[in-house]
Amino acid sequence: MASNLLLDIAWTHVTTRVRQTLVGMAGVAMGVGFTIMMAGLMQGSQIDFLRQLVDTMPHVTVQDERRTAPPQPADQEYGAVQMSNVANVNARPGIRYPESVMASLRSWIPGDVAPSVKTTAIIDHGGRIGVTLVGIDPRQEIKVSKLASQMREGQITDLSRAPNAIIIGQALAEKLAVKPGNTVALIGGEGTEISSTVAGIFRSGLKRVDEGQIYALIGTAQVMMGQNGIINELRLRLNDPLSAENIASEVEGQTGYKSVSWEEANSDLLSSFAVRDFIVLTVMGAMLLTSSFATYNIISTITNEKRQDIAIMKSLGMRESSVRRIFIIEAAIIGVVGILFGWIMGYLLCYSWSQITIYNTLTGTTVPISIYYSPMHYIVAGGISLLSCTGAAFFPARKATRVHPVEIIRGAS
Amino acid sequence: MSEIALEAVGLVRRIEGAISHTLVNGIDLAVDKGEFVAITGPSGSGKSSLLYLLGLLDAPSEGEVIICGQPTSKLSENERAKVRLTRCGFVFQFHFLLPEFTSLDNVLLPMRAAGRLSEREMRERGLELLASLGLKDHANKRPNQLSGGQRQRVAIARALSNRPEIIVADEPTGALDTTSTEQVFAILREIADQGRTVVVVTHDPALAARADRRMHIVDGKVHQTLAGRGQAELEAAAPTET
Repeated sequence: MASNLLLDIAWTHVTTRVRQTLVGMAGVAMGVGFTIMMAGLMQGSQIDFLRQLVDTMPHVTVQDERRTAPPQPADQEYGAVQMSNVANVNARPGIRYPESVMASLRSWIPGDVAPSVKTTAIIDHGGRIGVTLVGIDPRQEIKVSKLASQMREGQITDLSRAPNAIIIGQALAEKLAVKPGNTVALIGGEGTEISSTVAGIFRSGLKRVDEGQIYALIGTAQVMMGQNGIINELRLRLNDPLSAENIASEVEGQTGYKSVSWEEANSDLLSSFAVRDFIVLTVMGAMLLTSSFATYNIISTITNEKRQDIAIMKSLGMRESSVRRIFIIEAAIIGVVGILFGWIMGYLLCYSWSQITIYNTLTGTTVPISIYYSPMHYIVAGGISLLSCTGAAFFPARKATRVHPVEIIRGAS
Repeated sequence: MSEIALEAVGLVRRIEGAISHTLVNGIDLAVDKGEFVAITGPSGSGKSSLLYLLGLLDAPSEGEVIICGQPTSKLSENERAKVRLTRCGFVFQFHFLLPEFTSLDNVLLPMRAAGRLSEREMRERGLELLASLGLKDHANKRPNQLSGGQRQRVAIARALSNRPEIIVADEPTGALDTTSTEQVFAILREIADQGRTVVVVTHDPALAARADRRMHIVDGKVHQTLAGRGQAELEAAAPTET
């Protein structure tokens, strides 16, 4: 059957029913447009958040602990023996031979590595506030974190310019009402108390970091921990943050130390993103499906109105499948034109949203709403819409074309 | 020896259901090439049902329809559609033209569906057919711009467009005035005279009498077969033996 003929008939049907056709197209366009807008908004905010997260923390953290307790000699010697509740009282904290481990890692990881000492401390400044104290080497830290660029007052290298200097988050600084140059008392886990000078203030954009984490030199952190020479954390920054999980696994295999990727460290957050993605996808699918009901209604109406034409085309010798195809082509025409308008509408909606600025309470700045523009949004929304349109047309078309022409011709006569 | 264009053997059409009903009850029929046969009978006698069976629009419960020597009972629905498209032309009581298309487009429809001719050849043939039926100036008009008689002539042109061997017409003049009725019957007569087989269902005995043969159907059976005017004239013109 000449496809031109089917296309001509389909085109004639849709162009002679302008109002119905426009309603159908508008339905598809709105479904596609709003889907693109939602996808851009959701993915934009998610990417923006992840970017902040990835920028703020190391991509992989090698910690001085193991995922499982080390096997006991008796366990290894005798198969029948099973040891439990064994306290490793002689275990020394810290990563053994950290310089060698770092040298080895630098030889193959795509990125850089820096040592740090992570401990807890209390800031005593009128009131007591518990914080995480991270001891860093400023020269090496700039290779593995964005701390240098997150400095709002002072510089990362200022840590070396004052005794027991610390860098604190802006939220914490506001809470304590301190500025660079002020001193606060710092109490370590072993009861060690020192007087620290605030050398700088940073803002990461993450509340838990800005309020609960401070930086000092490695030596200061070691003093606060009461462990001279200890390095209990290696911080890795990778060229590709998305490779963190694989690299962490390889590092753990090589060193034996627990290596945590940023994905693992934020797995609860990422799993909530997965739930959010699922909800968003369901809503978008429902929007596209709902828009296809407009097409279903139109094709149902046309096939009902065209029962006589269907009968006559079949009686003239056109195959049932060919006649059915006419209505599927009609739905496809409505779908394709609707999708094109939907794409334009989606882009304009995204653009309009990106012009709106909101105040970010974390960063304290006014920023535009993040929109992620991706051709994939357009392709997926268009593809699903086209499928649902043609699918919606298939059933009324099949029902109408299955009717025996004699029944219609007799009815009309 | 005449060539049989359309043959029905033991044709039965039964509607099964809570109450079975036999529309066509064991009809045997052979129509020669170029013959004009009129089927008459009261309403509900089964004449239209017989016509739909002969034109392969409907499938018999029993029996066989043979079109130009080709048995059709074992053909698939698609194969039957192909036979309808290429060998049969249909004219109904109502024109059944596609309302959004012009006269010419309607005439081109079966040719385009068959896909055997180029666009130019189809247009030439379509215009030629319309001109031969006095519709040259109406080629670009839509059905709602034509009179009843003109629409039916367009429907006849459409039936002829694939040059089928058989024309099947179901009360083609049933909805027409006297003048248009005369025109349509004259056209069908001419088609038969040109060598095509024409089978027409009609209520009008005067028109039926102008066919070569008239079959009167009652209760789905052939009640009577009479020679029409054409055959009577031939018999009258034939030399008589002494």
